[in-house]
Amino acid sequence: MSEPLLQVNHLATEFTTEHGIARALDDISFHINKGETLGLVGESGCGKSVTALSIMRLLPKPIGNIVGGEVLFNDQDLTQLPADEMHNIRGNRIAMVFQEPMTALNPVYKIGRQLIETLVLHEPEMTSSEIHQTSVNMLKRVGIPDPENRMYEYPHQLSGGMRQRVMIAIALLCKPDILIADEPTTALDVTIQAQILQLLQEIQQENGMAIIFITHDLGVIAQLCDRVVVMYAGRIIEQADIYALFDAPSHPYTQGLLKAIPGIDKPAKTPLSTITGMVPSLFNLPSGCRFQNRCPYTENRCIDSSPELDQVKNDHWVRCYRHKELTGAKI
Amino acid sequence: MTTGYAAIAIKNSQGLKFNMDLLSVKDLKMHFPVHGGILYRQVATVFAVDGVNFSLGNGQTLGLVGESGCGKSTLGRALLKLHQPTSGSIIFSGKDITHLKGKALQHLRSDMQMIFQDPFESLNPRHTVGDIIQEPFHIHGIGNTLEKHKKVLTLLDKVGLPSDAINRYPHEFSGGQRQRIGIARAIALNPKLIICDEPVSALDVSIQSQILNLLMDLQKEMGMAYLFIAHDLSVIKHVSDQIAVMYLGRIVEIADRESLYQQPLHPYTQALIASIPLPDPKQRLNFKALQGEVPSPMNPPAHCHFIDRCPIRQNICNQQTPPLASIEGVKTSHKVACHFPII
Repeated sequence: MSEPLLQVNHLATEFTTEHGIARALDDISFHINKGETLGLVGESGCGKSVTALSIMRLLPKPIGNIVGGEVLFNDQDLTQLPADEMHNIRGNRIAMVFQEPMTALNPVYKIGRQLIETLVLHEPEMTSSEIHQTSVNMLKRVGIPDPENRMYEYPHQLSGGMRQRVMIAIALLCKPDILIADEPTTALDVTIQAQILQLLQEIQQENGMAIIFITHDLGVIAQLCDRVVVMYAGRIIEQADIYALFDAPSHPYTQGLLKAIPGIDKPAKTPLSTITGMVPSLFNLPSGCRFQNRCPYTENRCIDSSPELDQVKNDHWVRCYRHKELTGAKI
Repeated sequence: MTTGYAAIAIKNSQGLKFNMDLLSVKDLKMHFPVHGGILYRQVATVFAVDGVNFSLGNGQTLGLVGESGCGKSTLGRALLKLHQPTSGSIIFSGKDITHLKGKALQHLRSDMQMIFQDPFESLNPRHTVGDIIQEPFHIHGIGNTLEKHKKVLTLLDKVGLPSDAINRYPHEFSGGQRQRIGIARAIALNPKLIICDEPVSALDVSIQSQILNLLMDLQKEMGMAYLFIAHDLSVIKHVSDQIAVMYLGRIVEIADRESLYQQPLHPYTQALIASIPLPDPKQRLNFKALQGEVPSPMNPPAHCHFIDRCPIRQNICNQQTPPLASIEGVKTSHKVACHFPII
């Protein structure tokens, strides 16, 4: 396999708040290859969005800080780059699409201006007519009807699905190597979601960019991704190829999540399997395994110390002491 | 009012099992005026709910599914009389409640409750959980202080919250727990019907299944009916006996759970089912995604509302509104509003 495009090593991020220090990310390591789609999945507060913000160096200052680890991209450590060099990468080589297209777009600027802004910043040698034409073509590419006129409309004049297409168009303008999509379809209806997923897949096939797709929806992950990273309370608890993860999930949390989905093929009106309890607070994390209070297989050693990521096979890693007996348990 | 009631009774006697139904809705319309301009005249109308018919039996669950803006929440609110319907009628427990007002309406509401989508906004942050749950007793003048306290404790236990929750405030609880508080409040008066408006869509998967189980357990125990509004077809399928699919203010298909999923007849229902991302990488969608978007409810197509996005439309679709009716070859309870249902 070739050199990974982006390599995250032992990344740790902390937030300093009035309640104390919360370690939102702890020992996060993963990589993404060219043209690959990596899924980042987990429930609210598990750190998936913070991972994206840490890579992009967009953590809210001064409370959010990267306190350890490195993010390697083109032999540079993004965590150490000076701000102006990071400007050249952000939005240019690595672009991001956010969950809420209404808040991510500026309501007082026309669509066109928001597209042009990106090109003016990153493509200084382009003439203004080239910039305009590139923007219109990109709107057309993401499936916006009548793109010429849309350039002169405001975000509120577009529907949610159309706004998300505009966000994707902005992100793709500089032909990024990596697109980080943070819950891009969560606010959309299923039929529109299917349209957006289809669009992302097509564009990826055309230009071979890598996508980091962040979502809480395992259905979307299964449809789109090549590899998956499952996060829980700020840590990676399982990492695997898409088929390995769905066929033979090793961590009890992953198993629980898959079982808890009310599938269309599961018998109706029967009790759903649940994961009892709640995610621990980041201010009050247990010393051992972070899933211990919800896990049906907890033993003494899980409470005493935290397991490390252990290899199940090939590219399948899991953070559980008992994964050998649990892997692929009937789900 | 009496004439309307009688007329409906006659209509109903022709087919629907009038006496057995807890709730029966006839041609319900909920239109909102849009004002604008210098003189603030009415410039347009939002056809949020545009002629809806269905009925719901005691202890049953009707799932109402559709995309945002299709009018499913407005329908739920109109049934509770939070909006005064523009026309049509709502028969609840054999009584026409369409024009009920004041005390009579308040009394009725003890039998109809609602669970809201957002557990963060539907609970008053300044009231303790105990106050929130006993407010229904307060409004309906039930019990003295001691009795109310006891009832609250029983309710907390029923929804799986610790009894010390009674003196705590909503912000001390997580989303799932707050939804439990909302459920405790809704079941406090032993209602016959609960309208659940997207009760789990704000929750994580692992918490969502806990709440769905709780709702199903409570229904078994207390025998109330649910009108379950959601956009997630897998959730709807799991909890419902009967499912109605809404599109732009109208029901386009209604059937029992199994028929709807095994034999969807309306092209929209088929597209919805085909768009569900299945949690199985071996069954990837081929993304024959439905093109286009839902038109504005201010300016819906004149006849079939789905016409702009329909892959099988023909001339007649632009000339006649398809009625919601059963068709040959499928169960009579399975109704579809399409000129060319796909069998």
